[in-house]
Amino acid sequence: MARIIVVTSGKGGVGKTTTSAAIAMGLAKKGHKTAVIDFDVGLRNLDLIMGCERRVVYDFVNVINGEATLNQALIRDKNCNQLYILPASQTRDKDALSQEGVGKILDELKKEFKYIVCDSPAGIEKGAHLAMYYADDAFIVTNPEVSSVRDSDRMLGILSSKSRRAELNEEPIKEYLLLSRYSPDRVKLGEMLSVEDVQDILSLHLLGVIPESKSVLNASNSGMPVILDEKSDAGQAYADIVDRYLGEDRPHRFIDEDKGFFRKLFGGK
Amino acid sequence: MSTNSKKKPNSTPTLEFKSSNFSVPVLALSGDDLITIEQQLIEKASLAPDFFKNLPVVIDLQASNKLNCVIDIAELTAVIKKAGLLPIGIRGGNAQQNKQALELLIPVYSVNSATNSDEPQKQTAPDPAPETDIRDTSTMLITQPIRSGQRIYATGDLIITSQVSSGAEIMAEGNIHVYNTLRGRASAGIQGNKDARIFCFDLQAELISVAGNYKVSEDIDASIRNKPVQIYLQNQALIIQDLLQHH
Repeated sequence: MARIIVVTSGKGGVGKTTTSAAIAMGLAKKGHKTAVIDFDVGLRNLDLIMGCERRVVYDFVNVINGEATLNQALIRDKNCNQLYILPASQTRDKDALSQEGVGKILDELKKEFKYIVCDSPAGIEKGAHLAMYYADDAFIVTNPEVSSVRDSDRMLGILSSKSRRAELNEEPIKEYLLLSRYSPDRVKLGEMLSVEDVQDILSLHLLGVIPESKSVLNASNSGMPVILDEKSDAGQAYADIVDRYLGEDRPHRFIDEDKGFFRKLFGGK
Repeated sequence: MSTNSKKKPNSTPTLEFKSSNFSVPVLALSGDDLITIEQQLIEKASLAPDFFKNLPVVIDLQASNKLNCVIDIAELTAVIKKAGLLPIGIRGGNAQQNKQALELLIPVYSVNSATNSDEPQKQTAPDPAPETDIRDTSTMLITQPIRSGQRIYATGDLIITSQVSSGAEIMAEGNIHVYNTLRGRASAGIQGNKDARIFCFDLQAELISVAGNYKVSEDIDASIRNKPVQIYLQNQALIIQDLLQHH
């Protein structure tokens, strides 16, 4: 059975696209045929993070409008042949998406793919709504600061009341917390919320903590999902997250500040 | 909002459409003997004449139609009016009853999705009823977290076993119990019941209110924050009491 995963947050700039790219790559590298869809119509970024921006011919909106087939629009990843990207249109806006159109594409993808990762735009409007509407699982990406946490909380409320599963009274969407841009040093100084603080407010299953890391920016700039940078702390954090999602037992890392080793690692980069 | 402003009226508008919620009693019928109905209505009304005088009611015909009762809306409304009540709508009627109602200028309401079950309205399927208000005065129980931006309205008591996030709003005509952290807004006795109370395990609320008397977070004394408390009205003043200190 295919699973649809939405990567969402409410707030912008917390790392949704980075996370979408990393976990899609992680799942594909584990041998699961995976598609990752950019729902941020008009502000597309996923193609850049995945390094396929120069191979975009058709996009999500073309497929919805019947101007291209799904197979024409899907771009095979250059690093992993189990991974496909469906880019967003840059020249349109969110109104170009329709609930039926999205549903049809997801139904078609479900026949071929094991995991479908939906990279949600920020906000709670149409694009974000459509990205989460058909989801089976939700990865809530949150930064350790109050406004991000509140927006995530709002998004959780929408997931539990406005999704297809909620409307049909089916089993609710499985929700997972991904705490990104985490810096134990700054938590210690009281400049950031701790893992416990965030979990206390959101009461959500923690799938993983992604440390604040230069490797994320480097990965974005070079168009390689950070999970491919196996030496980096963020890459390892995402690898752990994928493993945990697939049911493997991985102890949490990057929560305590005694990881001077990693800082040394990055000092040299 | 924006469509109004486009018209640029040269005088100030004298009317405005607003959305508002009302709690209206529903008169559910399970028989068609008008004499019995009239007797029982008058009997009920005599118990609390002030309450029933000119009380608006919506007539619910679901049950009676299921039992194949034949009810004439004109005759029925006459009986109800005679008992001092004001029928302001019907629901669950058949096509003929709906037509009759409209001829009498009585609106026809659709059957609320919250009570569309086949059996009596009380305990139905164990569905988690998100964000819907259930139209009976029994207790509403919610076990899922109430997230920022969600609003819950209970016509009776409201019991929440999970947390209420900041930015969420919970309202009840009766008491509110939160067996977890209360961070959002909580209003008990929202229709004016001054005896209503709020109970919570951990008070971090943005606003608390009983029968319209409220306190915002800033006005809540630090000594009582993060504690299990009960909140009630005493001589128009909102009292917040530590549940563990007092006996």
